[in-house]
Parts: sequence; C-alpha cells; structure tokens
Amino acid sequence: MATDTAEQTAARSNGREPRSEGAVLNLFSQGFLWLWALMVIVPVVWVVVTSFKTSREIASDPLGLPAAMHFENYANAWTNGHIGGYFLNTVQVMAFSVTGTMLLGAMAAYVLARYEFPGNRLLYFAFAGGMMFPVFLALFPLFKTLQNVGLLNTYPGLVLVYIAYSLPFTVFFLTAFFRTLPTGVAEAATVDGAGHYRLFFQVMLPMAKPGLIAITIFNIIGQWNQFLLPLVLLSRNPEDAVISQGLANLALRQGYEGDSGALFAGTVLAMIPIFIAYVLFQRQIQAGLTAGAIK
Amino acid sequence: MRHGRYPFILSFLALPVGLYAWLVILPFAQAFQISLTDWSGSSNTFNYIGLDNYVNLFKDERLVLPALRHTGIILVVLPVVTISLGLFFAFMLNLGGRGRQGRIEGVRGARFHKIVYFFPQVLSVAIIGILWKQVYAPENFGGLITGALTAVGLPAPVNGFLADKRFVLAAVIAVLVWSAVGFYLVFFSSAMASIPRDLYEAGIIDGAGRFQMFFKITLPLLWDSVQTAWIYLSIIALDVFVLVYMMTPERGGPDTASEVVGGVIWKYAFNHGEQAFASALGVVLFFAALTLAVVSLRFGPRERIEF
Repeated sequence: MATDTAEQTAARSNGREPRSEGAVLNLFSQGFLWLWALMVIVPVVWVVVTSFKTSREIASDPLGLPAAMHFENYANAWTNGHIGGYFLNTVQVMAFSVTGTMLLGAMAAYVLARYEFPGNRLLYFAFAGGMMFPVFLALFPLFKTLQNVGLLNTYPGLVLVYIAYSLPFTVFFLTAFFRTLPTGVAEAATVDGAGHYRLFFQVMLPMAKPGLIAITIFNIIGQWNQFLLPLVLLSRNPEDAVISQGLANLALRQGYEGDSGALFAGTVLAMIPIFIAYVLFQRQIQAGLTAGAIK
Repeated sequence: MRHGRYPFILSFLALPVGLYAWLVILPFAQAFQISLTDWSGSSNTFNYIGLDNYVNLFKDERLVLPALRHTGIILVVLPVVTISLGLFFAFMLNLGGRGRQGRIEGVRGARFHKIVYFFPQVLSVAIIGILWKQVYAPENFGGLITGALTAVGLPAPVNGFLADKRFVLAAVIAVLVWSAVGFYLVFFSSAMASIPRDLYEAGIIDGAGRFQMFFKITLPLLWDSVQTAWIYLSIIALDVFVLVYMMTPERGGPDTASEVVGGVIWKYAFNHGEQAFASALGVVLFFAALTLAVVSLRFGPRERIEF
C-alpha cells in the first residue's frame, strides 16, 4: 500500500539488531512484521482515541488527541444508538441458535459418522456441499418461505435460519470428529446394556468435547458476526436489530446527523466484549476457527 | 444393538435434515426455478422464459459486466496476496529466527504478532466496514490515512479513498486482505508445526539459507494447505458483498467502480424488483464456486509426501 509511509518509518526504527548472517533480510522481515502489526493496532487504537473527541475535533484534527475526554459520545451511543438493546437482542437470539446448532449438528453428525444406512453418503454430501452455496442465491426464496409461515421479522424465524445455515460446517466438522473416536468404548458401553440414546448422550458426547468446544466457538463468532441474514429477515423494526445490523444503522444515521463521535463510541462498545473474549480465550478461539481447516 | 436401530437413526436425523431441507435446500432449488422465469418477486404471476435471463446477463453493461470484472479481479488478487503474506508471516514467526545454537524457532515477539494479526478475524464485518470507512474517509471528515498523508505533506484524494474511482476497489481488497491474513497465518502455522524439524536441521547443515529453506522444504510440504486456503479464499472472494455494502458510496460506487456480483444480485432482487434476473446471476455465481472447487481439487494434489 502506498499510503503507509508514516507507519513504515515507525516500523523500520523498531527493527531489531541485525546479525551478521542475512542482516538485511532480518531487518526487512522484522520491519515488515512490525508494519503489519501496526496496521492492525493503529486503526483500532485510533478508533478508541477518536471515540473520546467531539465531532468537531474529529473533523478538524483527525490525528490529534482529544482536548478533553468526551464521555458523552458513549452515553449517546448507548441511549440514542441503542447499542445496549442490540446486545441483548443478539444474546437472546444466539442463546437459542447456538444451542440448537450444536444439538442438531451433533445428532446428525453422529448418526452419519457411526451408522451405516442407505443414503448416508448422500446426506453427508448434501450437508457438506452447503458450505459452498452462495447465500445471496437463497435470500429471496428464504424471505418468501418465512413470510408464508409468519416467521419473517421474528426471532424464532431468525434462530431457525441461523441453525439451518450453520449446519453444513458443523455437520461436516463433527462427522469427521466422531469418526476419529475409538470404537472400543462404544462397544463396551453396548455390552453393558446402553441403548442408542444413552450411548450418544452419556458416552459419545462427553468424548467429543474438544471437537464440540472448537465448533461452538466457531459458531458463536460466526453467528455474532452475521449481517446478511438479519438484514433481509429481520428488517421491519429497527429496535429489534441484532448487533452488526444495529451498528450499520448507527453508521447510516450518523451520515445524516453528523454525530461521528457517537458512531466511534458505538464501534468501541461493540468491540469491547469481543476484545475481552479474544484476550481471555485467544488460544481456544484460534484453534476453534482454524479447526475445520485441519483435517 | 440392532434393536431399534432405524427408529434411532430416524429420530436423530428428522429434525436437522428437515430444517436443512426446508430452509437451505428448498430455497436454493427455488432460486434455480425462479431464474428460468420472468418473475418480478412481488406479483403472483410469472411465465417461464427459458434461458433468456442468462443471455441478458451478459448484455447488462451497466451493472453485471462491471461486477463480473471486479469479482474476477478480487478472485485473483485476494488469494494470491493473502496466501503470500500468510505464508511469509507464518514462516517468519515459526521458523524464521535463528536461535542460539542454531535452533529453529520463530523470530522474537512471534507470539505477540500472532495474537495481533489474528484479531481482525474475530471482528464482525460490520465493525470492520465502519472502522475502515473512517480510516479511508476524506480529511475534513476525520480520515486517518488522508489526515496522515496531508500531515507529511503528500497529496491525498480530496473526497477520501472510497469516493475515488481509482482507489475504491483496491481499498476494499486491502480491507479483505487485512482481515483475512491472520487466519491464514494461524492456519499455515499449524501446518508448519507438523513438518519435522530434522528436515530444517539437515538443511542448515547443508548450508541452506532461509530463502532456500522456505522454497525447497516448507512450501512443497505445505502444498495441501495452500490448496485448501485457495478454495476458502476463492469462496470468500465470490461472496464479497457486505464490505462493499457498508463502505462504498451507492453500495458499489462511485459510478459502479466497486460493484461486485453479490451486490448486483442484491440490487436486482431487493431494489429493482427483478427477482428472476437476480436469481440467474446467483446461479452463475453458484456454478463458478462449484467449478473452482472441483478444478482445484482435481488438478491440485501432487504426489503426497509422507513424513
């Protein structure tokens, strides 16, 4: 990018002491590593700093520090921007959608992984193939489907859609995971008289815990960030919006009202829980998000 | 155990398969059907008009053709840049350092870098869109880059980067790369972790530098992962829409300079009321994704190296 000269020089001066062997290469790669780190850090920190400025300060001096900590932006974002409400809406939807996804996904994956029956492969590919479908293609028929059964613009409708669209990856990943579990334990439990249901809930699910945790994290992040589906399926009442949709509304309104301070504050508010969760569970999140890719 | 086997299978599959068929498979099937009609989306009447929509797609110079061109550009640039950066960072952070006694390890601060690079991956695309819209904004609206450029005395686009036809597509792609690199860094890192260290130690003894180690040892052994990453990024590239929707003027502008296929489907379906036409474009997108996946799976695998 041609636009990072200031950051680049800052990054260069951070380069570590060169060694005799490959000193230039070392300097270059260290500089580049720091440049990229700054490209992530600088915009995020800048948004946080800017969220304490007045809208006039933001426009007149984008790079400067705020003259005084302007906390009103946060009050505005919380009350006029309804950020708190959007949070609650999202949590409410996801409590059901993530639970439902995991339960239905685990059930389907378990049967597909450990039971032979006609049509098994077909179902597996029907689920796995869903990962490739471009969602746009289904949006309008989906809109009509929900409208016909009266679930358009309702949370139950959105929950069902979230579950359905999270199933492909969940089933794909968990099927692979259930296949790797040892058969010996299952056989022993069967000998001891466990039926199919007890075997699943009391033996196999606990054994699959690492896989379940990874994919739960994946689904939480995925559904928290979902934007397209609620945009189409939950559009009637702005107060019902989920968080990403609500932020977009805030961004749109800021364009008319010119209150960019509230927008920055709202963005920061939306980032805070993600940031805390990320710092705390950084290892698990990285494992969970990349889990599906490593077979 | 044979007892009650099929009732059990049925009871476990009924809900997930039913829900999936109802809300995923059926809408997709309907979209294929709609694409063969002249349905506007609002009325209840429509006629089957065969493949007319598909023919007309490629005559639409106003939206569809620019969108196909831009999505094509993203389809090439996004995987190439993201995978190159991801591989480079993963190599530097895992193997690039020369520790004491010639041990193979990452450069200093590797853990910190990994945490930082991955962070955009957990941010929602809505937040990323808002964040970068502000970063790219014109100077008198508080833009970060324009402000920085002016501060050091360099010229900056007067209306910001997103309102400038020359920069808008590159600006969107840069954000896509920015948010994706961390994921592929971690992805390639875990693949690199499975490469035995003695291969590198042997390389060092034979006097290989880091360039040679990367191109002669790491890259050939990572080929499977690169291929997987390529498929993922291609699908992401074909689905680009939300960022364009959130960041660019007129949701694809200025003057169609950042129009993408997803956005055009959206416009025809929800703004212009041309449901059938939008569906036809969606079907084209679907087959593009399918073709890409099949091609890279068929022609990708080289002979597998066991280690």
